[in-house]
Amino acid sequence: MKILILGAGQVGSTVAESLVGESNDITVVDTDSEKLRQLQDRLDLRTLTGNASHPSVLEKAGIADTDFLLAVTQSDEVNMVACKLAASLYNTPTRIARIRATDYLERREVFNEDNFCVDFSICPEQILTEYIAKLIEFPEALQVLEFSAKKVSLVAVRAVEGGPLVGRPLRFLRTDMPNIDTRVAAIFRQDRSINIGGDTVVEADDEVFFIAATEHIRDVLKELRRIDKPAKRIMIVGGGNIGRRLAKTLERDYQVKLIEHNKKSCATIAADLTNTLVINGDGTDEKLLLQEHVGEVDVFCALTNDDENNIMSALLAKQGGARKVIALINRSAYVGLLQGSQIDIALSPAQVTIGSLLAYVRQGDVAAVHSLRRGAAEALELVAHGDRKSSKVVGRRIDEIESPKGATIGAIVRSGKAIIAHHDTVIEAEDHIIVFVNDKSIVRKVEKLFQVSLGFF
Amino acid sequence: MQRALTVIHALGLMLAVFSIAYLIPIAVSLVYDDGTLIDFLMAMVWTAGTGFLLWLLTRRYKGELSIRHGYLLVVGMWTSMPAVATLPLLLMINGLSFTDAYFETMSGITTTGATTLSGLDFLPPAINLWRHELNWIGGMGIIVLAVAILPLLGVGGRQLFKAETPGPMKEAALTPRITETARNLWFVYASITLACILSLKWAGMDWLDAICHSFSTMGLGGFSTHDTSIGFYNSPRIEFVIIVFMLIAVINFSTHFLAWRGRSITVYRQDPEALATLGLILGSCVGIALFLWWQGVYTSYWTALRHASFNLVSIATSSGFTSQDYSLWPIFAPLWMMFLACTVASSGSTGGGIKMIRTLILFKQAGREFLKLLHPAAVNPMKIGGHLVPNNIVFSVLGFIFLYFMTVATLVFVLLISGMDFISAFSAVLACANNFGPGLGTVGPASNYSSLSDFQTWVCTFAMLVGRLEIFTVLILFTPHFWRR
Repeated sequence: MKILILGAGQVGSTVAESLVGESNDITVVDTDSEKLRQLQDRLDLRTLTGNASHPSVLEKAGIADTDFLLAVTQSDEVNMVACKLAASLYNTPTRIARIRATDYLERREVFNEDNFCVDFSICPEQILTEYIAKLIEFPEALQVLEFSAKKVSLVAVRAVEGGPLVGRPLRFLRTDMPNIDTRVAAIFRQDRSINIGGDTVVEADDEVFFIAATEHIRDVLKELRRIDKPAKRIMIVGGGNIGRRLAKTLERDYQVKLIEHNKKSCATIAADLTNTLVINGDGTDEKLLLQEHVGEVDVFCALTNDDENNIMSALLAKQGGARKVIALINRSAYVGLLQGSQIDIALSPAQVTIGSLLAYVRQGDVAAVHSLRRGAAEALELVAHGDRKSSKVVGRRIDEIESPKGATIGAIVRSGKAIIAHHDTVIEAEDHIIVFVNDKSIVRKVEKLFQVSLGFF
Repeated sequence: MQRALTVIHALGLMLAVFSIAYLIPIAVSLVYDDGTLIDFLMAMVWTAGTGFLLWLLTRRYKGELSIRHGYLLVVGMWTSMPAVATLPLLLMINGLSFTDAYFETMSGITTTGATTLSGLDFLPPAINLWRHELNWIGGMGIIVLAVAILPLLGVGGRQLFKAETPGPMKEAALTPRITETARNLWFVYASITLACILSLKWAGMDWLDAICHSFSTMGLGGFSTHDTSIGFYNSPRIEFVIIVFMLIAVINFSTHFLAWRGRSITVYRQDPEALATLGLILGSCVGIALFLWWQGVYTSYWTALRHASFNLVSIATSSGFTSQDYSLWPIFAPLWMMFLACTVASSGSTGGGIKMIRTLILFKQAGREFLKLLHPAAVNPMKIGGHLVPNNIVFSVLGFIFLYFMTVATLVFVLLISGMDFISAFSAVLACANNFGPGLGTVGPASNYSSLSDFQTWVCTFAMLVGRLEIFTVLILFTPHFWRR
């Protein structure tokens, strides 16, 4: 596939990195030639320096035969104009734009075919905000991913001594909670996936991935670790795009404190938020954290755009007694380093947000993609089409499907209802199927499995 | 000198235009044939003539109005208009001194509603209507009216508008042109007045009384055509209608305009002042009624609620209608009513006092101080209804409150020196400075201001003017800086 990416910022370069591996022709356009040079040094792609909304630049970048336009520059307006030009001058088939301003997003008609011709708009900050908000809703979980209109969730949790299931085989899950259907998709022990069956014993410190209907998450979590009382006091460090959005999302249901070091932005943030206490200061200032009672904080989020500061303030907060600390970390090397350390959750914004983009690029009908375990594993929501003849999945029981090793069918959403998958569940056309893939290299095979053979058309 | 002449030029024009206001009493005197026709015609000719002459003589000094001109013109207008408006009163009522007549017209135009006249029931209809019309014009403001009908004030209009309109924040322009804004406000005001006239007619008043009382209700003036005010009718229905329209008039007319233009009532929910104003007034009604019932003033709670509601809403909104002699109630009730009158009226309404927005700002400021003590590093900007209030406005509100209390205190002392008793002096100054009219003691609802000496009357007249123009506009003329070049 020929892909044109406008903007080589955080999002642009991560997407490029992820897509290059999947054998695509990629061109990246940015105004900053230094950034482009660095990108080209690392990855096998073409770059072009120039303003991404100028037709001459787009033409040079080969927009005429591009299949897929991804406009992710810093500016909403540039992205929108680029999509408009791509649609009206060059007939580019798929156009995706990063749009941050809620003003545009509230008026969906801005993006339709008569106006800016944006097929899909994505807002990485919003995705990240929702992701963190979920982690705050379930402070025990490491990761909470929602599928199919929030019906089904995939939850990662570290098993802890004290959970009823810890030290017992998985089959007791059914007897412990007869009314709740759930399926354990994978267990990672000391960073290695283990084969699971009904007799597998859950040990403390295992990283357990389970799939359940969204309303049952809390009950399943209870099986794997003791549940504390829900989070109430939240402290956010960094009033950038993410911190501000998160505070705005949370401030109605939680007590939120936001620490920002820039006095001017403090004033605008405080003007924008209603229930958040905005504090002017440095998130790595131990005295300030103690003065603001970091010890009584339930969830501490370090969300500045400086990795080192985030790590330091998260460590200080943990030492000061915060119950759970989350640090936003851009460098993927750091993320692996910190997982399982003092910092409870090291978040890589790129990993969180890339899934929403990948879903559009993937072959087959992919409704959602979520990266797991720092990009090593993946959870996909695929839509089954066709019939028993043209499809390899439709009309078959799950144990009849020749799914590649490492892929687990976790749940099915059929006309708005969640069904947890068992070996005898039969898949129907138009089902949304949630597949857990514990090794990214087999994703291709899974996609192929769900593709309808040519006879269908 | 030249500056004064420029102002007089504009003033002359406005006086000439103001003479049109005499047309309504002239029409009434034609209908009722009450013998006041000649007097009103003379008053009209004199006013128009004087104004025109001033305008003609100073036309060489016609010029753009600066900020200073604005203050001078507004105060000039608000002092000279009541002066010329006394003409029909002096001509018609025998033995009325200029002091009392000027008090009466000033009380009318500042929407205070205090009166020195007795035997209101026997005054010619046209005279009564004239008093009420002053209430009505003063309610929305003479300058706003002038800006609405005199586009030639041009750029200076905005300055004048700001100098007269009550409230600390006047930047919110409803329309791009100030003339258009003024016109819209008057349009809304006049429309609601019309609705009030029809409602009062339905409630049982005759047409003349309905018109008169609508004028004084919408202006939150409080003049009545009867010595016993609304108590004369002893009709719950009339009291209810007046309560409703007083509550409408005590809300910012810009909000009414936005509601009318957007055809939706959600704007009221977004107006923090309106909510606080209505909440405080209605809550107080219930509470005071409970208090009166508990104290045994009325044997039935519903009677207590009826009388408490009417008198409380009337005083709190700074109208000044009465239906009962509330000075006989336990002192807490009337003092609470007066306290409300100082604070609850919305900015941009026809009410008087400190205004709800300033009360809210100071409340929030107090909260900010507490937060500052607990979280020294917190950034906590002032927000009212989701809108940011810059610190300089907070300071100006603090300055206003200081001047307000100093003015009240000083005037109370002056009245005490002149020999008045404390409760009368205190309530008279509050009643005049907040433009609600009846006080307690010798100026209570059962009597009126006629017992005051000439000097005391002038003090009260000054209090009304200072209160209506929100202190700064008047007192600025007494600062040396104003006159220095």
